[in-house]
Amino acid sequence: AAFSVFGLGTGAQATPETAAAEIAKFAGGKAPVAGKITIELPEIAENGNTVPLAISVDAPMTEDDYVTDVLVLADGNPNPGVATFHFTPLSGKADASTRIRLATTQNIVVTAKTSKGAVYTASKLVKVTIGGCGG
Amino acid sequence: MADAPKIRVPKTAKKGEIVEIKTLMPHIMESGQRKDKDGKTIPRKIINKFVAEFNGKPVFSADMDPAIAANPYLQFNAKVNESGTFKFSWTDDDGTVTTSEQKIEVA
Amino acid sequence: GSLTRAFAQQKLTQEDLLKFDAFGNVTLLHVTDIHGQLVPVYFREPTVNIGVGEAKGQPPHVTGADYLTRFGIAPKSAAAYALTDQDFTALAQSYGRIGGLDRLATVIGQVRAERGDKVLLLDGGDTWQGSLGANASKGQDMADCMALLKPDAMTGHWEFTYGEDRVKELIDKLGFSFLALNVRDTEWNEPVFDAFKMFDKGGVKVAVLGQAFPYTPVANPRWMIPKWSFGIREEEVRAQVEKARKAGAQLIVLLSHNGFDVDRKLAARVEGIDVILTGHTHDALPEPVKIGNTLLIASGSHGKFVSRLDLDVQGGVVKGFRYKLIPLFADVIKPDTAMSAAIGKARAPYAKDLARVVGQTESLLYRRGNFNGTFDDLICDALLKERDAEIALSPGFRWGTSVLPGAPITVEDIHNATAITYPQVYRLPMTGERLKEVLEDVADNLFNPDPYYQQGGDMVRCGGLSYAIDVSKPIGSRISDMTLLKTGKPLDPKREYTVAGWASVNEGTQGPPVWELVERYIAAQKTVRVAPNTRVKITGM
Ligand SMILES: [Mn+2]
Ligand SMILES: [Mn+2]
Repeated sequence: AAFSVFGLGTGAQATPETAAAEIAKFAGGKAPVAGKITIELPEIAENGNTVPLAISVDAPMTEDDYVTDVLVLADGNPNPGVATFHFTPLSGKADASTRIRLATTQNIVVTAKTSKGAVYTASKLVKVTIGGCGG
Repeated sequence: MADAPKIRVPKTAKKGEIVEIKTLMPHIMESGQRKDKDGKTIPRKIINKFVAEFNGKPVFSADMDPAIAANPYLQFNAKVNESGTFKFSWTDDDGTVTTSEQKIEVA
Repeated sequence: GSLTRAFAQQKLTQEDLLKFDAFGNVTLLHVTDIHGQLVPVYFREPTVNIGVGEAKGQPPHVTGADYLTRFGIAPKSAAAYALTDQDFTALAQSYGRIGGLDRLATVIGQVRAERGDKVLLLDGGDTWQGSLGANASKGQDMADCMALLKPDAMTGHWEFTYGEDRVKELIDKLGFSFLALNVRDTEWNEPVFDAFKMFDKGGVKVAVLGQAFPYTPVANPRWMIPKWSFGIREEEVRAQVEKARKAGAQLIVLLSHNGFDVDRKLAARVEGIDVILTGHTHDALPEPVKIGNTLLIASGSHGKFVSRLDLDVQGGVVKGFRYKLIPLFADVIKPDTAMSAAIGKARAPYAKDLARVVGQTESLLYRRGNFNGTFDDLICDALLKERDAEIALSPGFRWGTSVLPGAPITVEDIHNATAITYPQVYRLPMTGERLKEVLEDVADNLFNPDPYYQQGGDMVRCGGLSYAIDVSKPIGSRISDMTLLKTGKPLDPKREYTVAGWASVNEGTQGPPVWELVERYIAAQKTVRVAPNTRVKITGM
C-alpha cells in the first residue's frame, strides 16, 4: 500500500445543506431542473490540490437565449464556493474549464442560469483517495 | 507579480468562428485555510476575479474562491466577428490588477 | 510426475491449439499484461475474484469450479489448468509452463501466414515491467523483443513507472503507435499521445483507439510523471469514437487498459465501439462478453495467452465473429528460433543472477486473488522479521508468477513478484485509526459498486494483522475486527504501531529494496512453508 496526504487543511467543512443554501440564493427562488449541464471531472482525483474541471451547458448562446451565469460549488470543502462563471453571447459556447482544490471525497454541484430565466443543475462525485496499489 | 500570465489565443480565425482561449496566471492562491509552522493561519491571498473582453465588449468572466488551484487556469471560448484585440485582466485580493492583450486577425 | 506429463503432451498438439476456421475479413490478435515475462511461466489464476454492483457473479468474477461449469470445461483438462486455480499444482506438473514470447512469435507467424494483410496485432500494455531484466534495463529487453513481433499499436500502464523521459525515449524507437486518448498534459490540457490510428486491413478501415490505465498517477507514483494527467475521460472516448467514424472507420477497436468492469460500464454508455480489448485486471475468458453491440475480450496475463478474434465487417457493421483464447503451452508450441535467440540475448546480462537459488518452498507460492496470496504472506513475513515491525503491508498487485511446491526459489522468482522502480521498504509508525483508514480506502478502490470509482489492484496484503471485511458495505464500514496477531488484542485507534511496507507512491521514501530483504529472509529460512491464510474474514459476497 502506498499513501499520500493532501488537501486544503482541516477544520470546519461545508455540507450539502450549506451548498443548497448557496444554490437557492443564486437561483433566486427558482427550483433548478436537472439536465443540460455536462461536468467533466475525474472520478478519482490524481491530486486533490489541482483537479481538472470542465463544465458545458447546452444552450444556443444567441442574443435572446444564452447562459448568463454558472455557479460551481464543492459540498465537502471548508467553504463550498469554487467559482462563478459569467457568459455572454460573445462567449460562443457556455463552456469553461479550470482546476480546483478538493479537501476530501465530495460532490461538485454546478448550477446554470439562462437569460430566459431557466435554472439547471447537475453534480458529480469526486473521490479523493489515500491509498494506491496498482495492478 | 513576478511572472507574467500565459495565454493561448489563435492568431487568425474565420468570421463568426468560435475560438478556444486558454489562460494561466502564475499565483500561489493562498487559501486562508492553511496554518504555518507556529499554528498561525496564513492569510488568504488569491486572484478573485478574471475578465476577458474583445474590442471592449465582455466575453467571459469568473469570480474565483480559494478552492481554485494555484496558478489559476481558465479555458473558455469566444465568437469572433471581426479582427480585434482581446484584453484579459486578473484582480488580486490586494487590489493589484494584471492585464494582458492579444490580437486576432479575422478574415 | 513425468508419466502424466508425457501423457498430457501426447494429447495436446500445436495443431490443435492453433486450430481455427478462418472467418470474415479482419483478424485481431491481442496480448496484454505480459509483465516482463519473456520466457514461459507458472501463473495460477485467482481463487477469489469478487464482483460488486452490476458485475456481481458475472465473468470475470467467476472462479474455480464455477468457472469450469460456466464455460463447460472438463476438470483436470489443459483448459482447466490454464484458466483456473483448480488442481493447480498437479496439473502444472503435468502440463508444464505456459507462455514465452518465442511461442507467441510462432503463433503470430502462423496466423499472419494464413491471414496476410487481414491481421492486426495489438498489445494492451503492462508489457515492459514485472521482471528483473525489465526493471534493470528500464523496459529495454521487453521493447526489443516485442519489436520483433511487429505489433500495430500498444497502450500502457506500468510502462509509465519508468518516468516521462524514459517512456518517450522507448516510444520514439518503437516503430509502431503508442496510443492513449486519455492522457493530457497538466499545463495546457492538451493530448500527449495519439488517440487513435487508422489501419486498412482486408479492405476494412479499422480505427484502433488507445486507452491507458486511467489511474496511473493514483495507483503508481505521480511524481514520476508529474506533467501527465490521466482519467477515464468517457466524454473523450465518445468524441474520439465519433471522430474515427467520421474519418471513415468501418470497425472501431478500443485497445484498453481500463480493467474489465470499467470497460463493461464504458461499453454500455458509449455507442459505436465494436470491440474492446480489455487489460489491467488480468482476466482470461474463453469467450467474449457482449455488452450491447460491443464485444469485450479478456486475454489473460504474463504471456500465457494470445486472443484471436476473426470478424466479418460489412458496410461498417460487424456481421459475425469467431473467437479463440489460445493458451501458449510451452511444451507443445514450437518456439520461434529468431525470438528464442533474442530472448537469450536479452537475458544474458542477468542470467547468473536469475538462476541463483535462494531457498526452497514446500508450499505453492502465488499472488493473484483479491486477498492475501501465499507469495504475499511470505513477503509480509520477511517485512515483519527483517524490519522488526508489528504490522506489514504489501501491495495487492495482480502481477507475479507462481512457484510450485518442492521447487527451488530463484532470484528470478523473487523479482517476478517485486520488480518495480520504487521498491524501498519503509518503516514508520501508524495509528490504529490510520491503518483502518488505509484498509477502508484500498477496499473502496476494489469494491466500490461503481467501477469508475475503482482503481488499482487487489486488496492490500497485511502481515501481523487480522481483520474482517464486508464487501457489500460502503467506504468507512467495510473493515472490522482489526486484531494485532502478536498480542491477540483489537487494534487501538489511538496507539501507534510500527508498520513496514513497500511500494509507497510518495517521493523520497527511504529503505532497502524489497527484493534484497525477501532474499535475505528466504535464505535464512532455507525452506519456506506458508500456511493457508485465515486472517481475513470475508462477508457480503
Ligand atoms: Mn497488469
Ligand atoms: Mn495494469
